Amino acid sequence: MASDLRTHAEEIHEQFSDHVDVEVDDVHERLESLVEDYRVPVDEARRSVTNHYLDESDLEREEMAAGAGNEHVEAAEIDEPEQWVDLTAKVVELWEARSDAVAQVGLLGDETGTVKFTAWAKSDPPTLEEGAVYELGNLVTDEYEGRFSVKINSTSTVREVDREMEVGDDSVEIEGALVAVQSGSGLIKRCPEEDCTRVLDNGRCSEHGDVEGEFDLRIKGVVDDGHEVHEVILDREATEELTDTSLAEAKDMAMDALDTEVVAEEMKADVLGWYYRVRGPTFRRYVLAETIERLDGPVDTESTLVKARSI
Amino acid sequence: MSSTPTRETARRAFAVEFNDMGYTFKESEEEMAPNYALMPTGERANRVFLVGTLTETEDVGDDAEYWRGRVVDPTGTFFVYAGQYQPDPAAVLRDVEPPEYVAVVGKPGTYETDDGTVNVSVRPESISVVDAATRDRWVAETAERTIERVRAFNEEGNEYAAMAREEYGDNVDRYRREVISALESLDDTEPEPEPEPEPSA
Repeated sequence: MASDLRTHAEEIHEQFSDHVDVEVDDVHERLESLVEDYRVPVDEARRSVTNHYLDESDLEREEMAAGAGNEHVEAAEIDEPEQWVDLTAKVVELWEARSDAVAQVGLLGDETGTVKFTAWAKSDPPTLEEGAVYELGNLVTDEYEGRFSVKINSTSTVREVDREMEVGDDSVEIEGALVAVQSGSGLIKRCPEEDCTRVLDNGRCSEHGDVEGEFDLRIKGVVDDGHEVHEVILDREATEELTDTSLAEAKDMAMDALDTEVVAEEMKADVLGWYYRVRGPTFRRYVLAETIERLDGPVDTESTLVKARSI
Repeated sequence: MSSTPTRETARRAFAVEFNDMGYTFKESEEEMAPNYALMPTGERANRVFLVGTLTETEDVGDDAEYWRGRVVDPTGTFFVYAGQYQPDPAAVLRDVEPPEYVAVVGKPGTYETDDGTVNVSVRPESISVVDAATRDRWVAETAERTIERVRAFNEEGNEYAAMAREEYGDNVDRYRREVISALESLDDTEPEPEPEPEPSA
């Protein structure tokens, strides 16, 4: 722990030694105080101390970053906010910007996966074309609810390159027991308004008010392996396959029972407590199940036995 | 670093360890702070997941129904209690004919008997009927998780191991031995016999 802090201190010191008159010990002391006296996580402490010296040195963040030489990253590697990176990627999709402050927003992708990007209007960025591949320099990473994105800022460089790029999927594969089926599962109704697929709550859409909903099937479940908890969403197709119940059958069940809840109850009895392997892309904190299979084959216990005997 | 409350992981423990986890605590003074049971191998458990054989159910309630189920794993018996506040699990205990393989998700709870012993039981969130393969998978998984905890028990900075040492002592080797015999019991298991063919009429 102590030596880790020392390493962090030395790195921060190196970053600033040309600009500020400061000793490694001072940096270390600041870090130590935050981490040990104030119980601040190391990452946060490091950010805070860096910011302190940034203020002190009157350095623009941009200058720092430009001088440092960025790491050229791949989309799937981006797992830390506030990093300065270079990325070569294809514009997979452009989305509608919801705010005037945003010039462009969309999805970039390379062989390893995809990442959201935002270009701020005030930095007057060049316009990106869907389907084109760009070398993007000096982007800043950001994080929101566990999803990482990159921002094109006023110092960023954008250069179109003439090449093809296959965009990989960033699917994850998880295994574990299905320990909960959450509310909003089973036979649900969605808002029929164009481009709105919100799930209705008592016949109401949070955007469009009372509407005549359209039936759909889905399962929001929790897969837990004893270490980690993953929330998974099964769309109609995955739900139909898993529960062997079609949307039409589910509607019939609900009609017979005069209650849509009966569908979720039935599904719970079928799926709770079994082990599954789920594959699909992640969205916010969810894994969107593209495939889900029940694990009912034999299990290998040899490696656990070896470990148990060797303690 | 996000402040979104995250769902508590369902811990895996064999009955022999579960029934030893009589020490409970909270991590904060807040009213809604979650309750944890301390696992003797050095982990905190707010939720557990277990799979075993439901061998017996009984309505032990006085006025209202209060169901007790015995769920057996290779090391011992879990006691599962469900009453009016757990209507779905209570209905399962009422309706299922033992023996049957069941999966239980629930919260560990403790109560002290008149003679001062602390009993640990499961307050279920769900009980569902599963099969032998799922039960075997759970035994293998629980063995692995238990061994991971035993291996980490003496690591420096293992907060819950330190707590466990204080509350229960440091004899975690008995749980390791139970893991070995649980896994060995899996290897002994004969494949399920094929159902007898129906006598033809």
